[in-house]
Amino acid sequence: MSKMHITLTVNGKQEELLAEPRELLIHVLRERLSITGPHIGCETSHCGACTVDMNGKSVKSCTVLAAQANGAEITTIEGLGTPDSLHVLQTMFREHHGLQCGFCTPGMITRAYRLLQENPDPSEEEIRYAMAGNLCRCTGYQNIVKAIMAAASELNAVKEAAQ
Amino acid sequence: MIPAPFEYHRPDSVEAAVKLLSDFGEDARVVAGGHSLIPMMKLRMTDFGHLIDLQAIDALKGIRIDGRRITIGAMTTQHEIIHHAGLATAAPILAEAAGQIADPQVRYMGTLGGNVANGDPGNDMPGVMQCLDATFHLNGPGGSRVVKARDFYEAAYFTARAEDEILTAVSFDTPAGGQAYVKQKRKIGDYATAAAAVVIARSGGRCTAASIAMTNLADTPVWCEEAGAALAGTDLSAAAIEAAVGAMDRAIDPQSDNRGPAEFKRHAAAVVLRRAIAAAAARA
Repeated sequence: MSKMHITLTVNGKQEELLAEPRELLIHVLRERLSITGPHIGCETSHCGACTVDMNGKSVKSCTVLAAQANGAEITTIEGLGTPDSLHVLQTMFREHHGLQCGFCTPGMITRAYRLLQENPDPSEEEIRYAMAGNLCRCTGYQNIVKAIMAAASELNAVKEAAQ
Repeated sequence: MIPAPFEYHRPDSVEAAVKLLSDFGEDARVVAGGHSLIPMMKLRMTDFGHLIDLQAIDALKGIRIDGRRITIGAMTTQHEIIHHAGLATAAPILAEAAGQIADPQVRYMGTLGGNVANGDPGNDMPGVMQCLDATFHLNGPGGSRVVKARDFYEAAYFTARAEDEILTAVSFDTPAGGQAYVKQKRKIGDYATAAAAVVIARSGGRCTAASIAMTNLADTPVWCEEAGAALAGTDLSAAAIEAAVGAMDRAIDPQSDNRGPAEFKRHAAAVVLRRAIAAAAARA
């Protein structure tokens, strides 16, 4: 089968590559572009560890074909913050112990990022509903919810201060 | 977990997509959001050489409300349905059902067209569409035609859609009365153990009309005319509701599987139907 010329904007950077249409977005990100923040957990659309932002939607990149993603804008955890300048969500996950082993965390934070874009002041119930596509086997979720609520308050406080 | 090789196509019109389907015949499949098809491809349970991606066809997108008639393009996602203000007023059962499908990430990608055309008995929208007496719009080499949702499903994964046709839209009238979709599932992301779609019209305390359809309790969705008729003309007394539940129980044909024995599914079906009738009546 012929390879396709695929263009992606990943974390603001234009990427071009040749890939078979059957390659999955998660494989392209991790193996071709060395963007290893999105993790392969279950590889069956259940766990959410591979969650990335694609054209403003949270998607499970193990269930998106590279060909489908052609032309898309992708944001991964690498595009949200850096070790020197963490995203508020990253800071709050650390402060509130929203992670233990950390495997699910990139997917959790990338999903929470989109949630807060759509709903800047979510209730606890709304957070649990919106995060239902991401599994964590360590925390019991309580501190993940706390971290997201804290991040929302912080982001809203910054917004208010700016106005 | 990598699909077998295929050629990828992204046509930008329905005509171009239908032409590709005609050219490649059984060797082609269309993909909408892909969240039913791609897992099957990864398990190598599919066998085709050409994948036709419908994402670039603008004519398949969008929700239109013209007076009482609602038309939803096949590529409209569950996420878009959940957040559509007009639909929330005109037919809130759509968002209620969409919000119980899979999980948030899947709902950003999963489409109404894929959900109704796939023919999986576990899909939620087919039952909703039968409850609403929706019309499915198909487009093939010979032009367009319509099929009623209540006539569309033949068996699991077998529908009235021909191999060279694409489901382009669904349409239905604004439901008259209260609506509810109640679903019992084992966990987030699961298909229904049992689910019920109910519309109830009331006037002066009496039920004037009712429509009832069930999900994942047979190899097709089950619209149960007798169950609706058992409620029409009554004051929704406990006896009337149990008559409807009894009619529903005779219409379904659940099979024992990892969601439980058939007897349990009948029990769950009765529970969700009673809850859906109560909710729809309260909203009527």
